[in-house]
Parts: sequence; structure tokens; C-alpha cells
Amino acid sequence: MAMPGLVLAARVDTGDTAWMLAATALVLMMTPALGLFYAGLVRSRNTLNTFMMCAAALAVATVCWALIGYSIAFGESNGIVGGFDHVFLRDVTFEPREGTTIPQLLFMAFQGTFCIVTVALVSGAVVERMRFGAFLVFAALWSVCVYAVLAHWAFGGGWLQEQGTLDFAGGVPVEMGSGFSALAAAIVVGARKDYGRQALLPHNSIYVLLGAGLLWFGWFGFNGGSGFSAGNSGVLAFTNTLLTPACTLLVWFVLDLLRGGKVTAIGAATAIIVGCVGITPAAGFISPMAAMLLGAAAAVPSYAVIVWRPRTRLDETLDVLAAHGVAGLTGILFIGFFAQRSWNGVADGLLFGDPGQLVSQAVAVAVTPAYAFVATFVLLRVVALVMPLRATERDEAVGMDVVEHGEEAYASGEGAILVAPEAGVEAEVPVAP
Amino acid sequence: VKLVIGIVRPEKANDVLEALYRAEVRGVSLSRVQGHGGELERVETYRGTTVKMELSEKVRFEIAVSDPFVERTIEALRDGARTGEVGDGKIFVVPLERVVRIRTAETDDRAVTPVGP
Repeated sequence: MAMPGLVLAARVDTGDTAWMLAATALVLMMTPALGLFYAGLVRSRNTLNTFMMCAAALAVATVCWALIGYSIAFGESNGIVGGFDHVFLRDVTFEPREGTTIPQLLFMAFQGTFCIVTVALVSGAVVERMRFGAFLVFAALWSVCVYAVLAHWAFGGGWLQEQGTLDFAGGVPVEMGSGFSALAAAIVVGARKDYGRQALLPHNSIYVLLGAGLLWFGWFGFNGGSGFSAGNSGVLAFTNTLLTPACTLLVWFVLDLLRGGKVTAIGAATAIIVGCVGITPAAGFISPMAAMLLGAAAAVPSYAVIVWRPRTRLDETLDVLAAHGVAGLTGILFIGFFAQRSWNGVADGLLFGDPGQLVSQAVAVAVTPAYAFVATFVLLRVVALVMPLRATERDEAVGMDVVEHGEEAYASGEGAILVAPEAGVEAEVPVAP
Repeated sequence: VKLVIGIVRPEKANDVLEALYRAEVRGVSLSRVQGHGGELERVETYRGTTVKMELSEKVRFEIAVSDPFVERTIEALRDGARTGEVGDGKIFVVPLERVVRIRTAETDDRAVTPVGP
């Protein structure tokens, strides 16, 4: 990796740095936005717990990333994982990160926000029944053993990147990584007790739509920042992040119409996510027109999986596999056809004369899901040896908000008696109804 | 004709509905109510404020049935709602003076579903 001379020659560019500071904040906002999106999709008694899974990611993934994850992902490469040279953020300073014109400290923070949101994404497979404590432990292990490793393969000089896989903003570690891990997590943790027996419906569609809107907004930083500059690749990725989801939305409307005769709101929110995911790996590599085509194409396989999955016994609760795994896979493959050197300055795809690029993309599509699935499966089985992964049936029935957090999302306050702990004995002050 | 009133845990409401369906009892009204029985209070904390929730959410079933259906309605409520812990609820059976089906003006046994055997 080390290129003598380049380190000396590369300088921090304040324009690029300014954009990356903003982009990092945009990506961080995606995690609470995802919390909103997910919280709206669950039943009201699990609203807080579902959001808290995202809060857990903010806490656990950030700490793990700074302590070790960043080094695993972006340390000196042996091909498979990074070394320990950046453990505890050693040598992560104001000096520019190799290959960029921004300080490595900022590069670390930007990449850290990706790790956070990816951990939060996986929770979508297990909400409404996984115990909060078990999720905290799983999140810590997963962020290091799965996310950081996949990020190394795709971004950190690992073998996928070396053999030519193009992944602009995280089709491998973020989207396929979370999607196929979600599949494994749903299998290990098991279905909710009422799954397939009762209708388990979203309790607040406005949260879902608002969350999707905020995610799209944040995604401009996610994709637009993944060129690490305010230059051409950043501008292309930024613009494609506008175009692709719009096309996905439009095609989703049509698919909804064909299937049920009505265009649905939760479908629209889902389509925004699918479009953003689809363009993630390809954002800085394909032309705007190709990006629009990708938006249309990405809708179909994800829609099919979303229709198919609830008919199975697989309670992958919030369809992370369909929205992220499948759409990310579509985007990664799409690069193999539509990458265009005149736009990206890096490589051509099959349609522009280089069939080899498609092979490189296919390798990522074959290996990433397998690693994510197997590693997550093993991790959860290991955690299960130490602590139960899921709540009891009774706790599940009462709702995870009260059981795990001792709060309700929609507390009425009626019948609530104040407890004054400083009185020694519990002094009770009745509250007027 | 009797009115069977069941006050049950909200999380068991679906189980009760299933049990009633299996017992072929049709015609059910339910409403969300708040109540206090002998169950332990739930403690919740919001920032610095700790409260005991004295009232619990319950679901109230109201089912008018002909006399031969009273026992199986009670059984369905009991089987569907029971967890074995304090707070499972109560079942009340009260006589009904008259029942009228609005659509057909049928009264009493013929106005409740199912019609008694």
C-alpha cells in the first residue's frame, strides 16, 4: 500500500475537508433516521426498543470502531484483514489519509459512521424479540468481525479491492454485509411468537416515511462523501443519489399498481431505501442515465423478495435482506455492465468494452453474502452460549419497551403515581387524573 | 340470554379471539379499558421521574349469547386469557332483559349469534 513520495506530496485540501466534515454529519444522522424508519414499522409496544437498537449501534459501534475496528478495516493490509497499526487510533492524525486529501482523523470518523449505520441495519431482522443486552454484545462483535473485515476487503486494500472489485460507497460491507447478516440473524434468533399467526402491522406509517426521507437526505453524504473530495467523483455520486431513488420510486409505484391496484405509502418509503442502496456501490462509477436505469432495475428483485419473504416461515422482520442485501447485490453487479471510464476515470464495464470488470464484481457477489451469513451465524451462536438471545414469550407479549427499558412510547400518565426516592421510604403523591 | 363480559390482558386478546372463534361464538365487541386489580405495579422511569403505573391496560370483551352457549363462551375466555399470573382478569355473566337485532328486528335468542341449539 505504501507509496513512497505520495505521502509527502499529498496535502490536505481544505475544500475537500469542509465537504467531508458535512458529509460525516449527514451519514451520522442516518442512524436515528433509520431508528425512526424501523420504529414506525413495528408494533407500538416495541417502538422505543426498536429505536434503541439504533442508539445501541451509535454507542457500541462507535467505541469498537475507535478502539480496534478502524485498524482492522484500514490498517496495513495482509489481504484478509488490516493490522493493528491503528489500534486505539494510533497514528490517526491530521496527516492526510493515503489516497485522499483529507486528514486521516476525519477519514476515520467518516468511515465510522458507516459502521454505525450498518450495525443498526442488522437489528431490523431481530426487532420485537431479541433481548437488548444480547444485541449490545452481538453489535460489538459484529462491528469488528464482520463489518470491519468486509470494509477492509472492499475499501481498505483487501483482496476484493486488489482483484478489481469496484464498490464506491459500501455495496459490499454495508448493503450486502447487513442484508445477508440479517438473514442469518433471523434464522438463529427465530421468528416472533405471533409471526404467521397474527397480522403484525406497522404502527406509524408517518415515522416510516419521515425516516425514509431523512435517510435519503443523509445518503447524499454517504454516497457524495465516498469520493473523499468535492471533485468530480463526489459530484457524480451526489447527483446519482438524487436520480436513482426517484426511478426506483416510480417503478415501485407501477409494481404496486400491478399487484394490488393501489400505490402504497410504506411501499414508497421502502422504494426510497432500495434506490439509495442500489446506487450506493455504483454512485461514482456510472453515468447519470445509467444510474436512472439502475434505479428502475433495482426495484424489481427487491420487490419480488419483499412479496415472497412474508409467505415463508422466515421472520426477517423488517426485510433488510430485500432492501439492502438484494438491492446492494444488484448495484454491485450493475457496475460490471455500466461502469464508464469517461465518467469515473477508473474502469469500464462490459458494455464499454471490459468484460473483466463484470467478473470482478461477480466475485464480490459470490463471496460477500457467504462470509456475512456464516460469520453472523457463528457469532450469534457463540453469544447464545453465554446469554439467551430472545425475550420470553410473556415479555414479547407485553412488549419490549416496558420489559427492556421501563418506558412506553405513548405513555398516557393516567394512573401513574409519583415515587420520591429521596424520602427514604417511598412517599406517594397521587396524581390527579 | 346472557351478557358475558371478559376483562383480559391486551396481549392475550388475540388468543381469546381465536378461542372464541374455535368455540363458534360469533358477535363480539371489545374495547380498551384501564383498570386495577391485584397485580403488582409497574415502575417506569422518565429522566428523573420515577412512577408506579397503578392502572393497567386491559381489553374488555362483551359477548351476548343464548343460555346454552354461556359455558363454552366462559371456557373460551378463560382458556384464551389465562397466563397463571396475577392480572389475568375477570369474567362477569349478567342476565339480559332484551336483545334486538337492528337489521331484522329479531329479538332475544334469534338476535344473538350463534342461535342456540
